[in-house]
Amino acid sequence: MDYYGYRGFIARILSSLGLEPGDYVRIIKSNGLVIEGILLPRYSLVDEPILVVKLKNGYNIGIRVDESDVLEKIGRVERGSPGAPVPLAESIEVGDKHVFILGCGGTVASRIDYETGAVKPYISPEELTLSIPELLKYASIDAEQLFSILSEDMKPWMWSKIIDETAKIISRGYDGIVITHGTDTMSYTSAALSFAFHRGLPVPVAMTGSQRSSDRPSSDASFNLVAATLVASNAPFAEVTVVMHGESSDTYALAHRGVRIRKMHTSRRDAFHSINARPLARVWPYDNRIEILDWNFRKRGDYSLAVDNGFDEKVAYIKHYPGPIAEIIDILVDKGFHGIVIEGTGFGHVSSDAIESIRRAVESGVPVVVASQTLFGRVNLNVYSTGRKMLEAGVIPVEDMLPEVAYVKLSWVLARTRDLKDVRVMMQANIAGEMSLRHDLNLYPRWVYE
Amino acid sequence: MSKIDYKAIGLKVGLEIHQQIESSHKLFCNCPPDLIEEEHVVLVRRLRPTRSEVGDVDPAALFEWRRGRYYEYESPLNTSCLVEADEEPPHPLNREALVVALAVARSLGSYIPDEIYVMRKIVIDGSNTSGFQRTALVAIGGAIEVNGKIIPIETICLEEDAARKIGEEGLKVKYRLDRLGIPLIELATAPVIESPEEAREVALAIGRLLRLTGRVKRGLGTIRQDLNISIAGGAKTEIKGVQRLELIPKVVHYEVLRQLRLIELRRELLKRDLSKDSITYNPVDLTSKLARSSSKILRRAVESGGVILGIKIPKMKGLLGFELMPGRRFGTELADYARFWAGVSGIIHSDELPGYGITGEEVNVVYETLNADPSIDAFIIVADIREKALKALSTIVDRIRVAFDGVPEETRAANEDGTTRYMRPRPGAARMYPETDIPPVKVTDELISEADKIKPEPLNVKLERLISKYGLSRELALEVLMDIRLDLIESLIEKYHERVQPSIIASIFVVTLRGLRGKGLDIEIITDKHLEEIVSYIAEGLIAKEASELILEEIAKNPQLTVREAIEKLGLRAVSEAEAEAVIDEIIREYIEEVKKRGLKATSLIIGKAMGKLRGKIDGRRVAEIAREKIEKIIGEHKT
Ligand SMILES: [Zn+2]
Repeated sequence: MDYYGYRGFIARILSSLGLEPGDYVRIIKSNGLVIEGILLPRYSLVDEPILVVKLKNGYNIGIRVDESDVLEKIGRVERGSPGAPVPLAESIEVGDKHVFILGCGGTVASRIDYETGAVKPYISPEELTLSIPELLKYASIDAEQLFSILSEDMKPWMWSKIIDETAKIISRGYDGIVITHGTDTMSYTSAALSFAFHRGLPVPVAMTGSQRSSDRPSSDASFNLVAATLVASNAPFAEVTVVMHGESSDTYALAHRGVRIRKMHTSRRDAFHSINARPLARVWPYDNRIEILDWNFRKRGDYSLAVDNGFDEKVAYIKHYPGPIAEIIDILVDKGFHGIVIEGTGFGHVSSDAIESIRRAVESGVPVVVASQTLFGRVNLNVYSTGRKMLEAGVIPVEDMLPEVAYVKLSWVLARTRDLKDVRVMMQANIAGEMSLRHDLNLYPRWVYE
Repeated sequence: MSKIDYKAIGLKVGLEIHQQIESSHKLFCNCPPDLIEEEHVVLVRRLRPTRSEVGDVDPAALFEWRRGRYYEYESPLNTSCLVEADEEPPHPLNREALVVALAVARSLGSYIPDEIYVMRKIVIDGSNTSGFQRTALVAIGGAIEVNGKIIPIETICLEEDAARKIGEEGLKVKYRLDRLGIPLIELATAPVIESPEEAREVALAIGRLLRLTGRVKRGLGTIRQDLNISIAGGAKTEIKGVQRLELIPKVVHYEVLRQLRLIELRRELLKRDLSKDSITYNPVDLTSKLARSSSKILRRAVESGGVILGIKIPKMKGLLGFELMPGRRFGTELADYARFWAGVSGIIHSDELPGYGITGEEVNVVYETLNADPSIDAFIIVADIREKALKALSTIVDRIRVAFDGVPEETRAANEDGTTRYMRPRPGAARMYPETDIPPVKVTDELISEADKIKPEPLNVKLERLISKYGLSRELALEVLMDIRLDLIESLIEKYHERVQPSIIASIFVVTLRGLRGKGLDIEIITDKHLEEIVSYIAEGLIAKEASELILEEIAKNPQLTVREAIEKLGLRAVSEAEAEAVIDEIIREYIEEVKKRGLKATSLIIGKAMGKLRGKIDGRRVAEIAREKIEKIIGEHKT
């Protein structure tokens, strides 16, 4: 029996007393010690007869109870209704643009229940703008929560749903769309949107998220959201971008092209970097300023809305490593996968014993796309004989495209054609800014050692 | 201090003691818990007020946010990492530090829960990069006996120290991150202390207990006392950050005085037939009237685009200058409120005028413009940009109205002289929720037995051991127990007692150091390392025990010196027996006539002269012995 995370005899006692989280409980230990507090649910996965209680001074503690201890219910926490949040700004002049915020995971604003520790999200436009009134400086806000899922649970069919929803919103005439998303898989979704809207995006789509949860005063969620709203409402470019902190300080954000972005740190605010490309712009959310860094963009209003939605869900994405890679490729082909993306070593190589497996894959109609696990730089299969053999076996090298982007792109391409020749042409064409043929010397990070 | 019957007025004081724990790393990361001046990178951040379930926010936090407060953090690269920068989740709770807190709990007989939860306590003055302080309740209850009275302990917590505030410029507050995350033990007593002196004694006793674990830091800034003070008819005031023990009685006394005076002020207001309604918010623009004033404060404000606003305070003439604590008047309180809530640099009130370059003539103009009577009314002037000046005046009106209720509940900060200043309103219920990044810690039998190894032994046991094992006199042993460096004395005695008499080691602390303090020297800056080196030099026979005073005096004056450097500077290198004999021989030769004439009676003269040259370089008793032997020999020869 599981009773709010409690098991065994504690669960029995609690349920027989009708004690629920939020109730005041008195614990009388057999040694005479008396402790009173609010009963909390037990989240620990360790199965121990320990009761979690919030004391009057606000601290939680865990108290071991055994069957000789006495538990009593002494009341219930009186709780008023949540009520409207206090506005964080005294008054604000609302911008004349209209932006739609589409929630697809990640919480941008929330309230804390100090009694139970639960964090509940603010979702409605009213709650959002009362919590983050700076949004209104740039635009009036509409908002809707599409999903509320963990980043790691994102799947290609959800990309399709986001794309459909985004298209619908754009057709209603907004000046820009902000999509909130968990950070771990944001770059996959941003790439998916980039390919789906490559023929026609009239307004900016700015994706954003947070590296520090929104329940804490230091959260980056609102900074990023305001920066994304500034991009959606005022940027001159109509592209799918990821807008996140540009440095550890709360100074500027960077708007990265959705097919060039990668999360490069587990926890830092400035975890997102453009790889093999410059960000589109630097964005100062407090100062209403957008500084363009890459002028080669698609302008707002140049295209009318056109959507190419749909992704093949049977695409494999594997990393080459010094192990039985040939076997893995064989299994994927036998399992009927429609395409394989391999993150090769260095220039894009796989071990020579895997080449026959690749040849078999291609011969059975499964395209094998090659990107590099170094992330920086360009795949080149002409330098060494292994590479030349891979080319001869039929792999599709994709220049400086990020491997994750190659995966999303292959999923998208395979939903349009299964013809190997067509797949090769599309994979090697620059469709949404996902590749470039020229890297200057500064397009590479340097670390500071002193 | 004036005579106050503290018991009669119902004084109740509770202490909250924060002591830094000595540990190999910080509470939630692997940075060394040290404050070192070094290269740093700079971060700029803002902190947004969080909301609770009922939609509310902390008013002080909201106010700071609306003003556009931001924080600049210096992150020293060797003593802070991504955790302090709020760029990486905290690591699991430092076990070493937990053991220290558990040891203290065990020695106080407190109840230790079976699972310890780290909580986030919302603090948004910027002193924590995350916007909350991480803190865990380690024990409840227990007691300490001080002068025969049982002082109950309410809670023992383990928490992270805050960042060091290093300055403020306009809307920016600057902090350094080296101190953030240093483990602190926080121990709160019940409010049962009834006199200023008792407050000091309880703080001393708790501080000593903490030091007896041998695992806490010592020195200025490593222990901080907060005080909760209330009197009957007054209010609970929380006073933050008293760093010196000696200041505690003064802080308590001044706070009692302040509350008594506020109660008196209330009586006076009622006597003048005033009520809350008499104090109205009716600001009047005085800019045109005072723009040409010779007052620099006013002129500067107007020149930088500000205005001069005034407000009439009816029938309160003399009461703005009403003294609450030495050097701090009711007007000072109003100014502190205006500074906090409106960010103005100050206010001017009629009880301090003429002054600040404002002439009697101008005072009359103000009275006239405000439609006020100079013989009974008071007024307040604020010069700043309009928005801030208005906010300042409305804050002041609110604070004056509160004076009709007596003493407001406040959090105050201690000044160097023991007086206090308004810091912020007393926070309501703690805004606390679980730190979900850190799993709860199960209190295991291993943890408890580790804690018991460093659990301080009772003082009477220690006293008997100092007497019976190390041969200290009862008086000296008692002095050692009272000494702030008790733990160091003990460890030095234990380490060196075979080579240096324990009473000599003890005397360095309870006689020599206190003597130097008596001379007005700052002995706080003498480190444990200095003291241990001196004892080790004595043990090795490199210096005489008498040298310790001279060396310590030199170091107190020049704290950058090492012990070795001080010895060299003072020329205190120990002399060998032969060198000492040579010096004494020379003195005897010089005074040979005296010796021949007065015989053994000349011994003290020779010893005196010899000590002048040998003090601190060889044991004084040895000098006396050598001198006596030599003189006896000469007398013997002389007789024959
Ligand atoms: Zn650290």
